[in-house]
Amino acid sequence: MSNETSPPTATTAPRAIVAGHGEFAAGLVSAVQQITGRGGQLIPVAVHQLSVEDIEDLLRRRMIENGVRVIFTDLQAGSCTMASRKILRGMDDAVLVAGANLPTLLDFVFSEARPAPEAARHAAERGRAAIVVHGVAATGGSGGGEGR
Amino acid sequence: MTVELFRIDDRLIHGQVVVGWGQPLDIGFIVLVDDTVAASDWEQELYRMGVPPEMDVYFHSASDAIAAMPKYLAESRRGILLTGDIATMQRLVDGGVVHNVNIGGIHSKPGRVQRLRYVFLSPDEESQLRALANNGVKVSAQDLPGARDVSLPDLLAGSEL
Repeated sequence: MSNETSPPTATTAPRAIVAGHGEFAAGLVSAVQQITGRGGQLIPVAVHQLSVEDIEDLLRRRMIENGVRVIFTDLQAGSCTMASRKILRGMDDAVLVAGANLPTLLDFVFSEARPAPEAARHAAERGRAAIVVHGVAATGGSGGGEGR
Repeated sequence: MTVELFRIDDRLIHGQVVVGWGQPLDIGFIVLVDDTVAASDWEQELYRMGVPPEMDVYFHSASDAIAAMPKYLAESRRGILLTGDIATMQRLVDGGVVHNVNIGGIHSKPGRVQRLRYVFLSPDEESQLRALANNGVKVSAQDLPGARDVSLPDLLAGSEL
């Protein structure tokens, strides 16, 4: 294989935090690792039994320890999102993506050429567009095969 | 319709409240009673952005909430009242506007002992809850509608751990 066709070396340094309810973060990061081998770019954070203040402290600590400025969370109404928004209030260069899904994270880990905050914005758009409804019922039963 | 749930939850507005209770109860509004949030436009905006557009959120300090309660109790929609701690709920009970208290989440902090998966209490907080019950208030713990409603004696005994 020539140098022109060799895949670029994957970044394994942490670039973002993933946080959410239950085992959401560990599950998504595990899936990213299984699909791409690039799960090391994502730091899963579980917040069982923590208050919002403690979630905020934990996420802030993980961001500082790993030098990352991107957080992905599962739900706009979730306490991880609330805590992250409080953190971002003092960080103009940081980005929060609430409502992240697997396609979002897959796009992010392959956007190594972009700065992480810009890659997160791009990934959010890809994740939003990746939600597709299949089946006749999705179009009201009047035919067709796929709604989007 | 009226206020369906008077809940102590230190996460205030979050997924369990908006989705877990909000959808099955068809909640149309949330009354958030917290002196700090009531004094901060930015925090109010933070919590307002956490709910769907069809759900209203009203913010009050504990003292304002007592006067405003008749309006919410007469609402045509269903609502949830939230406080972040026991002391704030105690003030509403003292004001005569709360008779049932749901403990939805009080999380781990130094000085607290775990009594339930999602409830940690200090000795002072346990005394506050006993005082509520002694004043005729029904106090129980239940994080979600489908979960078991744990009575105060069972909660304090830690028998559901």
